[in-house]
Amino acid sequence: MAEHSSPKAAPNSPMIEWRRTDKRFGSNHVLRGIDLQVARGESCVVIGGSGTGKSVLLKTALGLLKPDGGEILIDGQRVDHLSEAARFPLMNRMGVLFQGGALFDSLRVWENVAFRKLRGAGRRALAEAKEAAVEKLRRVGLGPDAAERYPAELSGGMQKRAALARAMMADPEILFVDEPTAGLDPIMSGVINHLIREIVTESGATAVTITHDLSTLRTVADKVAMLHQGKIIWQGPVAEADTDPNPCLRQFLAGRAEGPIEAVR
Amino acid sequence: MTPILAFLAALGRPVLALCAGVGRFSLFAFGAFWRLFAPPWHLREFWRQALRIGYFSLPVVGFTAVFTGAALALQIYMGGARFNAEQVVPSIVEIGILRELGPVLGALMVAGRVSAALAAEIGAMRVSEQIDALRTLSTDPMRYLTAPRLAAGILTMPLLILVADSLGIFGGYLVGVRRLGFQPDAYLQATIAAFQWMDVVSGLVKAAVFGAVITLMGCYHGFNAGRGAQGVGRAATNAVVGASALILATNYVLTELFFGS
Repeated sequence: MAEHSSPKAAPNSPMIEWRRTDKRFGSNHVLRGIDLQVARGESCVVIGGSGTGKSVLLKTALGLLKPDGGEILIDGQRVDHLSEAARFPLMNRMGVLFQGGALFDSLRVWENVAFRKLRGAGRRALAEAKEAAVEKLRRVGLGPDAAERYPAELSGGMQKRAALARAMMADPEILFVDEPTAGLDPIMSGVINHLIREIVTESGATAVTITHDLSTLRTVADKVAMLHQGKIIWQGPVAEADTDPNPCLRQFLAGRAEGPIEAVR
Repeated sequence: MTPILAFLAALGRPVLALCAGVGRFSLFAFGAFWRLFAPPWHLREFWRQALRIGYFSLPVVGFTAVFTGAALALQIYMGGARFNAEQVVPSIVEIGILRELGPVLGALMVAGRVSAALAAEIGAMRVSEQIDALRTLSTDPMRYLTAPRLAAGILTMPLLILVADSLGIFGGYLVGVRRLGFQPDAYLQATIAAFQWMDVVSGLVKAAVFGAVITLMGCYHGFNAGRGAQGVGRAATNAVVGASALILATNYVLTELFFGS
């Protein structure tokens, strides 16, 4: 992975950094000065209730939403002001697993996985691209028969695996994961969580996962950050999350209706 | 606020919204056309869309054209009979089909079929984050989704309308010969005698413009679809209504340009 790294960034600088990041939609102030750093090779899980702005946080780093204030740095370079075209080279260093998979319905599963290798600057011969896609699919536990199907013909869990294979296709330095277990049964959730953990460890990629699923937190995280009312109210190593007295963190991890976090949002 | 001001504000709001909509659509169309001329091009996507927009619209366009030609022949015959001018049927059918009815009715049928489908498809892609996924795969959604559809619309619509023209004239011929008592040779000779290249060319230019209108409207409303099934449904409706209205308006402008004195 290290061969992609920008020569400008110091080796010990954070891979991803949100600095006083603000985002509002009309009168809804979603992110209120987010300060969060994710070190190289670290797997950071951002937790928080529904509607607290976790997805917005992720989308600001991906450039899918423009922050209203503050800065976002990736590998030491400021990226929040980049145009869409200027962002494409950066995107080649990232993989994203979307909540619903976001596989392209009109393409076969292997064509989805090989998307970057079938078009644009990274274009390869068809057979080579297909072989690479089938290999990635095999890594996430999907056989060649699934590769030939269309996404709608796969179960939710298989779609998630295929989407993970697509995200990992370019061996990204950074992996963003949005609610990996949403809509999956507990067993399939466990499978996906372990797969993400294995792949992140294997590849050495920096990962940011947003979730409200505690099983994901415990399987995937090196570091935990909790988002509440537009701010990171707690962050630290996953081992400390269980013992820290922060009342919001305690309420969230215990899944209690009573506490400082209102149940009705 | 005084009642007069409230009334003016109520009048102004939709006008401003319309102007903003026209501006947004114009920028969208400009962006789409710009990407037609600047590489990279997604050729495989273009062929898929050409098949979908052009080839699969053949039955509906052909069906429309045959019956339009047939009805037109009947109407002209009955209208012409009032002035003892029944013999004008072949030439008026030809001019009517080539200049107006072939391109306009064909385009309206394709608008119903294609604009709605494009808006629903792209709207659903937006809702399910597939458009975001394209961006994260270093792919410009306008280039990957809109440009191939626009190119397919512009290039396949004239071919479709060429078929519609032929079938429309054939529909008129069938009614003329079978129902109205025209001699087949005489009908064909009258058709050939009335033929002018300008009629065909103007119809094909119109078809290309309508192809652009249909695909741009479908894509624009898809990209701007609201959330959920309701948002996608509304996008499909708006695409068809917008495309149909714009087809009729541009048809008048083009007719004025081609045939206005």
